[in-house]
Amino acid sequence: MISLQHYLTLSAILFALSIAGIFVNRRNLILLLMCIELMLLAVNFNFIAFSRYLGDETGQVFVFFILTVAAAEAAIGLAILVVLFRNRRSINVQELDTMKG
Amino acid sequence: MHGIHLTIVLAPLAAAVIAGLFGNRIGRAGAHWITILAVGLSFVLSVVVLKHLYLDGGQAENYSLYTWAVSDGLRMEVGFLIDRLTVLMMVVVTFVSWMVHIYTIGYMHDDPGYQRFFSYISLFTFAMLMLVMSNNFLQLFFGWEAVGVVSYLLIGFWFKRETAIFANLKAFLVNRVGDFGFILGIAGVVMFTNSLDYATVFGSANSIAAQSVEVIPGSPWNAMTMICILLFIGAMGKSAQAPLHVWLPDSMEGPTPISALIHAATMVTAGIFMVARMSPLFELSETALAVVLTIGAFTAFFMGLLGIVQNDIKRVVAYSTLSQLGYMTVALGVSAYSAAIFHLMTHAFFKALLFLGAGSVIIAMHHEQDIRKMGGLRKYMPITYWTAVIGTLALIGFPGSAGFFSKDALIEAVKDSHWHETDLLVYWVAYLSVLLGVFVTALYSFRMFFLVFHGEERMDKETKSHLHETPLVVTAPLILLAIPSAVIGWFTIEPVLFGGFFGDAIRVSHEHDVLAHIGETFHGSAAFITHAMQGPAVYLAFAGAFTAWFLYLKRPDLPEKIASRLSGIYSLLDRKYYFDDLYIKGFAAGGREIGKFLWKKGDELIIDGLIVNGTARSIGRFAGVLRRVQTGYLYHYAFAMFFGVTLILAWLLWA
Repeated sequence: MISLQHYLTLSAILFALSIAGIFVNRRNLILLLMCIELMLLAVNFNFIAFSRYLGDETGQVFVFFILTVAAAEAAIGLAILVVLFRNRRSINVQELDTMKG
Repeated sequence: MHGIHLTIVLAPLAAAVIAGLFGNRIGRAGAHWITILAVGLSFVLSVVVLKHLYLDGGQAENYSLYTWAVSDGLRMEVGFLIDRLTVLMMVVVTFVSWMVHIYTIGYMHDDPGYQRFFSYISLFTFAMLMLVMSNNFLQLFFGWEAVGVVSYLLIGFWFKRETAIFANLKAFLVNRVGDFGFILGIAGVVMFTNSLDYATVFGSANSIAAQSVEVIPGSPWNAMTMICILLFIGAMGKSAQAPLHVWLPDSMEGPTPISALIHAATMVTAGIFMVARMSPLFELSETALAVVLTIGAFTAFFMGLLGIVQNDIKRVVAYSTLSQLGYMTVALGVSAYSAAIFHLMTHAFFKALLFLGAGSVIIAMHHEQDIRKMGGLRKYMPITYWTAVIGTLALIGFPGSAGFFSKDALIEAVKDSHWHETDLLVYWVAYLSVLLGVFVTALYSFRMFFLVFHGEERMDKETKSHLHETPLVVTAPLILLAIPSAVIGWFTIEPVLFGGFFGDAIRVSHEHDVLAHIGETFHGSAAFITHAMQGPAVYLAFAGAFTAWFLYLKRPDLPEKIASRLSGIYSLLDRKYYFDDLYIKGFAAGGREIGKFLWKKGDELIIDGLIVNGTARSIGRFAGVLRRVQTGYLYHYAFAMFFGVTLILAWLLWA
């Protein structure tokens, strides 16, 4: 029997992976976007697991919203990425330090 | 009567406004006609008021015209107190002012500021009348400041001259020192009586004298002493008493008519008038009277000495004015207020005469003022010469002249004063000062007189060929002023000094009343002259005149030798006891140094440097350290966020 605990563990593992991806990855901006997507999916897992466990459909409705927003975000993020590449000829994260104080 | 009082005050004001604002439209003649008519009207009406009060036995009037403001029971009003003291001042002021107005036509003949000048002197007459006719301290202060302002404007009348600007600024600043004391004195009066009205304040004089104040904790002063000394500081500024006298000689930078009107006859006597007016207050403070007496004695003698070494014709007369004002102050100090006012009156006539005479000489000499370049003017200018004779004789107190009666009565009053019983030191300082002052007065007066009118002619050929008597507008006022200078003492000494002319206007306590004491032995003017011939003063005057004759006509080479022999004393006198140096290099330069120190160190270093810029700089330095945290790398920010969230979670779970 797959219990709530398993779901939560999976979600936590996904979340930790995505965070590690953000920290460790210093080359590719696309990877960053993908990590963020993964983070959202981890959250969605939690929502669904709890929705099922508590018998409340609101959580599942929320997941749809998050998916929609994630799709939109991915579109905008990729668009920005294209513009960035056009301007700087690079998507290397280590070179993006314009905000350096 | 109220209408007349108001007309006396407002006529000169109206004329001043018209001549000042519409001077170009009414032209030069229009300006002098309207002001002369207005001041003449004031004079005639003043005489009418004098007749009403003195001959017709009218009552003194004290009324308020207009309430300006009422604050916490303190009424600020415009009002007149017309008693015999006031009316005497009104007649003197308007008469001298009138003469000066006429004289100005001749003196300022070619000046481009003709209308402006007439406007100013008319305005001055208004201000001076407001001062003397006031029935409260506030209006007194208004008049006091207004005459100061006009004096400032007139000293700097030729505003393109650097020295004139310096002189008028100096006069203004020195007067500020005096006025500071004066307004503190008025504040003291208000503090103790909550009233500005003379009658109310004088009525509660005894209750003020019964109180004391502690300005410095632990040493209580009598309230009346403090108020009177503060008021007298005001008088010292206005009446140029040492050590606030330095502005008066410099004020000679102004045109001569105003030297005669403002800086000899009227404005500078405002302080004397004020103290006489405040006699009910001053009578209650022995200490204040001692201060008045000492300052007056110092001024009378030491300022006279300075007149001996001056070479500018107007400055000699200016120092003589200082000395004579000292005499009046001495009279106030011995409670002989009537004698002070009497000397004020005679002095106004003969000193205005001397100044206008000096002006007449200056016109003839084409604005040359150095007496070393004059001489022998007697045959060129007979009218000026003879009026100068009368003026000089009156100044030194030649028996029978106006100055003789006032000065001799004054010296008698000092001699018999109550200080002989109460404080011998003060008594002898005052008595010796006024006695030796007589000698000094005669010496410098006749020195100037001989150097100008007698002896060899030292002017250059160009000036000499143009020398002639000045026109009628100049000589007529000289003659009109010479008449009272010669005779007014004879006629007025009895009523003014001994006949109770002033009535309630001047209050003298019984034990101070030296004039009543002298009055017991007074048997008419002729007897007064005979009596005076037995005293030392007249002979000292003769000795002074003789010394001047010997030194400047008989042996003109001697003064030079004396000056080089006594070079120490000579330079002390020539530098005017270093008062100017003390003030300019001491107080003024010191003030600038303190200001510079506060500016450089206090403002620029501490406030600007440390506090304002220092705050900015330390924030900048702190931010410079802090900015290194902002690497700009996304993963650093993400790490910081994660780390923070972890910390918060840990705190929430375990705390």
